[in-house]
Amino acid sequence: MKNPLDDRGNASLSGNGSARVVASAFLSHEGGLHARPAIKVSQFAKRFQSRVWLGLSEEGPWIDAKSVARVIAMKAPSRIRLFFAAEGDDASDAVDGLVEMVASDFRNGSTRAR
Amino acid sequence: MPVEPPATVWLPGTPVSPGLARGPLVHLAESVEKTGAGAREHGGAEAEAASLRSALDASRAELDALMARTGDTDAEAILAFQVAMLEDPVVTAPAFEAISGNMAAALAWRAAMDAQIREFHEAEDLYFRARASDLRDVRDRVLRHIAGDAATRIPPDAIVVATDLPPSRFLEVQWNGGGIALIDGSPNSHVAMLARSRGVPMMTGIGSIDPGGHRDAILDAENGVLVLSPDAQALADVAARQRAAASARAAEARYLNAPAITAQGEPVQVMINVADIRELESLDPRCCDGIGLVRTELLLRGEGDLDNEQQQYELYERILRWANPKPVTIRTLDAGGDKPIPGYTVDAERNPFLGVRGVRLSLIHPRVLNVQLRALARAAALGPLKIMIPMVTRPHELEHVRLMLNAAVADLRSKGVPGAAPELGIMVEVPATALTIDLFDADFFSIGSNDLIQYVTASSRDASPLAALQDPLQPAVLRLIHEVVERANAQRIAVSLCGDMASDPRCIPALLGVGLRCLSVAPAAVGRVKAAIARYRKSETDGGKAA
Repeated sequence: MKNPLDDRGNASLSGNGSARVVASAFLSHEGGLHARPAIKVSQFAKRFQSRVWLGLSEEGPWIDAKSVARVIAMKAPSRIRLFFAAEGDDASDAVDGLVEMVASDFRNGSTRAR
Repeated sequence: MPVEPPATVWLPGTPVSPGLARGPLVHLAESVEKTGAGAREHGGAEAEAASLRSALDASRAELDALMARTGDTDAEAILAFQVAMLEDPVVTAPAFEAISGNMAAALAWRAAMDAQIREFHEAEDLYFRARASDLRDVRDRVLRHIAGDAATRIPPDAIVVATDLPPSRFLEVQWNGGGIALIDGSPNSHVAMLARSRGVPMMTGIGSIDPGGHRDAILDAENGVLVLSPDAQALADVAARQRAAASARAAEARYLNAPAITAQGEPVQVMINVADIRELESLDPRCCDGIGLVRTELLLRGEGDLDNEQQQYELYERILRWANPKPVTIRTLDAGGDKPIPGYTVDAERNPFLGVRGVRLSLIHPRVLNVQLRALARAAALGPLKIMIPMVTRPHELEHVRLMLNAAVADLRSKGVPGAAPELGIMVEVPATALTIDLFDADFFSIGSNDLIQYVTASSRDASPLAALQDPLQPAVLRLIHEVVERANAQRIAVSLCGDMASDPRCIPALLGVGLRCLSVAPAAVGRVKAAIARYRKSETDGGKAA
């Protein structure tokens, strides 16, 4: 199967000098990262200036967490660990918020587009 | 020269949501498929990019408006996903790139979306595969805008004729008095479910039509007829039937919440068939003696439902709570035949009604069946739940499911999760089974007359020209039902009938005549079935023996 995770995120993560924040959370959502949670992840990520990535391991490969198409195409199953990485001024806030969202099983926030 | 209205045309179809509708005919042509190339002049790269941008904006605005209006969380999730995809540069950028390379907007958009659709279409997971159809729907919405063919507005009382109607189009209409007739379509498509739950009359399988000149139509989803350009007589008939239906409803209402008793005072159990949990909200549990059939293949259509034990458990719990303390019979997934589930059923079977469906399909997807059996066993700890297996042909199929059920119950107990081994019964719908029910060690039998009739008469349920062969009151059908009832009674095993026959007042004397005393009917039919039971006298007919 082709790896949907290949993305520009990899080069950029190792390349430039700005601080990188990485953290993870356990995905317990039944059925995995479906449309509803995928929309929540990408919409939350888009609120930040930083570049934000999502991966299935600490070493990546990473995908752009701001793209709902990329997030859902990851087809992340339930009961795995999701890794978030960000680079930029508000990187910590982005990663903390996403970890909190996954850890709380997406209970907060809306699926509405805006 | 004034245009004469065309002659009246009658088209048979399969009712999938009952009711009678009359209104202007709206024929939705398959414009989208034809707008791929050459439908519009190529306007230069900049104009094409602008065309795509405005089509995306217009589509997003439509979807937002739909989302604000729908009260259905499943529909809202589909729409939110579609909007999110339209807003994602990962999806749109390749289309704009292709346009700057001088591709027409429609072709560029189609190619970009088809790449996304493939991503989901090829997924192993059922849920992700099902998203492919949501993406096709949104692809086509944008294509319509590019073609300048902004969706034809559908008035509330329209009789819509189309090859297929995507859920988002259905939700755009403020239905009031209108109806739907699909050229192909399946009774179990998402739009059919929406139509039933909103009370919009709908038929499928009307075949290709020539809409030329027709302005008005009657959709008779009681008798399965679409009438184009109805004449004065047809219009008068409809008006009379609408009045008669209103007064019959009033008369039947007297029977609705009372126990069903024949004219000679013999009690008959009347249960209901459930295909949509929302039906229960508007229904008084006093109207029935329990639920005789829950069609789980129609309930479990949401995100990842087939894999979600907890969600299934909660669904079954809700149904039990509604019926409490009356019994609830839940049928395991009966997919296949005319009820495909993308990624679960076998694609492109030559003869799906004789193919891998019902329990045959469950046994090749043991993981999905196991999730359902576990959820059912957990729910059985809460109240009188029974499990029914569809399309059983040989006894070993029943025994196979029983072993899986016992293993599921044992596993729950070993983990300290409350669970119980419920009664396990079978549908009697395959003639091989009907002829040999003494060989099946089932806790109960439920006759599925719809499939039994098509198999006994070797005539497909969805072949309209064969409707005459499928008379439920013909001797072959009644004799077989009679034999099943006699054998079940002799073995003291409960037997009921849950097909459409039970909801048809004309069939009630024959069914009671062959000895049935438990019927499971459509919720809307409870009043009229009880009224028919109240008219029944034993001497009046004895369908089985007379046949």
